[in-house]
Amino acid sequence: MKEILERINQQFNCIGHEFQPENLSWVQVDKKQLVPLLSYLKHTEKFTHFVLLTAVDWIENNEFQLNYLLTNHTLHQDIAIRVMISRDEAEMETAHHLWQQIATYQREIYEMYGIDFPSSPRVHESFLLEGWDGIPPMRREFDTKKYSEETFFPRPRPEGKDPQTHMKQKLYPNEE
Amino acid sequence: MKNKLFNITPDRSKYPTIGKDGKPEIDLSSGKFVKIWQGPNHPGVTGNMSLELTLSGDEIVDAKTHVGYLHRGFEKLFERRKYIQCFPTSVRMCVPESDSNEYCLAVGTEKLAGIEVPDRAQWLRMLTLEMSRLQMLLRIVPGQGGTMGLGIGVQWGMYLRDLILDRFEELTGGRIYHMYILPGGVRGGLPDGFEARLEENLKDIEKFVHRIDNVLYQNAVFRKRAMGVGYLDPSWIDEYGVVGSNARAAGFKRDVRKDNPYLFYNQLNWEVPVKTESDIYTRARIRWYDLQVTIDLIRQILAKIPKTGDVRAKTPNVMHWKIPAGQTYVKSESSRGEFGFFMVSDGTDKPRRINLRGPSYTHAVSLLERMLINANISDVGALMVSLQTCPPEIER
Repeated sequence: MKEILERINQQFNCIGHEFQPENLSWVQVDKKQLVPLLSYLKHTEKFTHFVLLTAVDWIENNEFQLNYLLTNHTLHQDIAIRVMISRDEAEMETAHHLWQQIATYQREIYEMYGIDFPSSPRVHESFLLEGWDGIPPMRREFDTKKYSEETFFPRPRPEGKDPQTHMKQKLYPNEE
Repeated sequence: MKNKLFNITPDRSKYPTIGKDGKPEIDLSSGKFVKIWQGPNHPGVTGNMSLELTLSGDEIVDAKTHVGYLHRGFEKLFERRKYIQCFPTSVRMCVPESDSNEYCLAVGTEKLAGIEVPDRAQWLRMLTLEMSRLQMLLRIVPGQGGTMGLGIGVQWGMYLRDLILDRFEELTGGRIYHMYILPGGVRGGLPDGFEARLEENLKDIEKFVHRIDNVLYQNAVFRKRAMGVGYLDPSWIDEYGVVGSNARAAGFKRDVRKDNPYLFYNQLNWEVPVKTESDIYTRARIRWYDLQVTIDLIRQILAKIPKTGDVRAKTPNVMHWKIPAGQTYVKSESSRGEFGFFMVSDGTDKPRRINLRGPSYTHAVSLLERMLINANISDVGALMVSLQTCPPEIER
């Protein structure tokens, strides 16, 4: 796997790469390099199985992190590609032409994070949140508690033990 | 027959013309088509999802999967909870097979925190994962017949599944949601006499294995309706990220327990069942083999499980446990295939991001939408169950 990482580093100017135990490697590239790298991994290095696409919101850095995870079933190795994109220009090139299932992931990420994937099929169709018109709910600034307090009928807290206090008393009674 | 998705040859003279994009030109006002919704409340749909089907006669010409009826925002809620508080939520991400959720979450936390798990705890984890697979297979194996009106196997399977849930109740206190696997190990050892009672259950299930073969797999109606129907082309396996029994029925020998052995699976002996026909019958048949393999694995685990030793490593105070910053992906083989958690920690006591990768995400959305085209309306339920779709893991 180290040879593959070296080849990727030479061809795609990786911003960083690391190897974790249990056959998982991480590579970070610039957003313009992503689709060529995915294509290279699929066709040349035989990472033919696309596992998942997911996003992480780093609001303090004003960035989104996109993660593309692939598997090579001959070598039994996984590789995760990390791409950082600005929250101000939340847009990424689509990769659905490489694996058709990516269109579904991109549709969900557009809905949950507001990251657009122009020309991805049905990307602007609602997926899980039909009729949602607020800010994308997986963004860090979306406050679930505030939303539920404003949206739903206020209810008194049911009588009972506060879970956090109860656990502390039961498990760690002597700790501060 | 094998190279066709469905074993019907429709009369295309009355059907829509195919446009330049390769898709049929559907005009609902022409009277040649009808649009119906199968689900979300429908006996032919697996759980809380629905299918928007456009029919021409009884043949499907367009299909869309609709999910969102069960969305509970778990992944968002994780960001507000401490790691230990995520466990009761995580088990509900895939309801019928909850142990894979807690296993992946626990291992992800341990990897990020650098915690070593005692050997005995790892064997106990394997035991619960295999018991969980067994109870899931006892639902899905006869459930395939249930979609075609063969209900007797379902009654047998649910009874036997209840016996395994009894053992889970004895071991963990819970029948469906166990929260038995926690960071550092498991909550406790086996109760006295547990192995003997589980062995009794396994003997009962073995009888079922042979009965269900006669009732379901040798049944003329089932064979007629399942053989050659719902063909999954092997070239679609990677294109759509197909895993588990669906891939193994198409000739792909893929099993995370063999490919990337975790726990002590490399100390057990078994063969991964593989077939190549790739139709509804074969996918159902693969699960019947899986059932036998799982019974065998549970016996091997019971024979090798250490009787003494720690069941849980010492962890910091879970209420103030700050997990070092890092990212990881943990995968396991569920009864449906590769099941994984992508986890990101930012160094605080709450996860930055936890994302579930469930097999149904692709099986029930992009793949199912493709496979339903040209299917007969009466085969939709059987096709969905044969792909073993589980909507809760799509809507985390």
